[in-house]
Amino acid sequence: MDALAMGDYGAYVWSCYALTLVIVVFLSWRARLRQKRVYRDIEVRLKALEDRE
Amino acid sequence: MWKWFHQLASPPHFYRLSAILAPWLAVPGVILIAYAAWQGLFVVPMDYQQGDAFRIIYVHVPSAYLSMMAYMIMATSGAIGLIWRIKLSHAVAAAAAPIGAGFTFLALCTGSIWGKPMWGTWWEWGDPRMMSELILLFLYFGYMALRSAIDDTAKADKASAVLALVGIVNVVIVHFSVEWWSSLHQGQTVFKKGTMDADMRIPLLIMVLGFTLLFGAMLLRRIRTEVLFRERRTRWVREMILSPEGGA
Repeated sequence: MDALAMGDYGAYVWSCYALTLVIVVFLSWRARLRQKRVYRDIEVRLKALEDRE
Repeated sequence: MWKWFHQLASPPHFYRLSAILAPWLAVPGVILIAYAAWQGLFVVPMDYQQGDAFRIIYVHVPSAYLSMMAYMIMATSGAIGLIWRIKLSHAVAAAAAPIGAGFTFLALCTGSIWGKPMWGTWWEWGDPRMMSELILLFLYFGYMALRSAIDDTAKADKASAVLALVGIVNVVIVHFSVEWWSSLHQGQTVFKKGTMDADMRIPLLIMVLGFTLLFGAMLLRRIRTEVLFRERRTRWVREMILSPEGGA
């Protein structure tokens, strides 16, 4: 409980660490998502081109 | 050495190399962050003035440092792209911007949350460190908006590189603001002798290293995406994607 309370600063300390986790996960997820999206778009375009050829 | 440098700047070579390097940065980065967070939250003794609120330093300082480092990477890469016309460097600049904006936002939020119990206010409009960091966030937004507003990639690269270079002045102001002006924000502590005990400093340095490694992994992933997008009409991308193994 002491670790949670952080000497009455618990809300401030834990919210900072939680926000850090959220932002780091969000940045990693966005990077991954964009990579997949770009890769898929190129793949679809190339396959369509190949089919046409 | 120049041969190695030229090889690194080649998009297909970089694309393959970054796929190998990224996990070697991400995994140690996450381990170091987890270790330093545990140290910072539960092991390190509390500060005699700031109490347990000082533990915010372990996430605030690395994010503030990365907010500036990402900008310097963005501006330097932009300059290299402008001067030497290395295609990869513009991709690096474009990739660094969203990550830098994320860490700048994090630095502002954690700083504000720290400020409330320490200074009695969430925000102080007259504080040079806070204001220059806020301007840094707007510079990132401006940089990304400028890039997305110009359809021609080459023109977007040039215009955004100039904007990034002009914005370096603000990074210098962010860094030295606590020395040049009287500020609510405390002065430099991390690398100044006698300002911080080793028990507190070492986990902080580990956290900074962990954040840097994770930032490197994120940056590599974003550069890969930029390279892939920019090179989408090239033969190597075609061959890689249509090969049975793929290249993601």
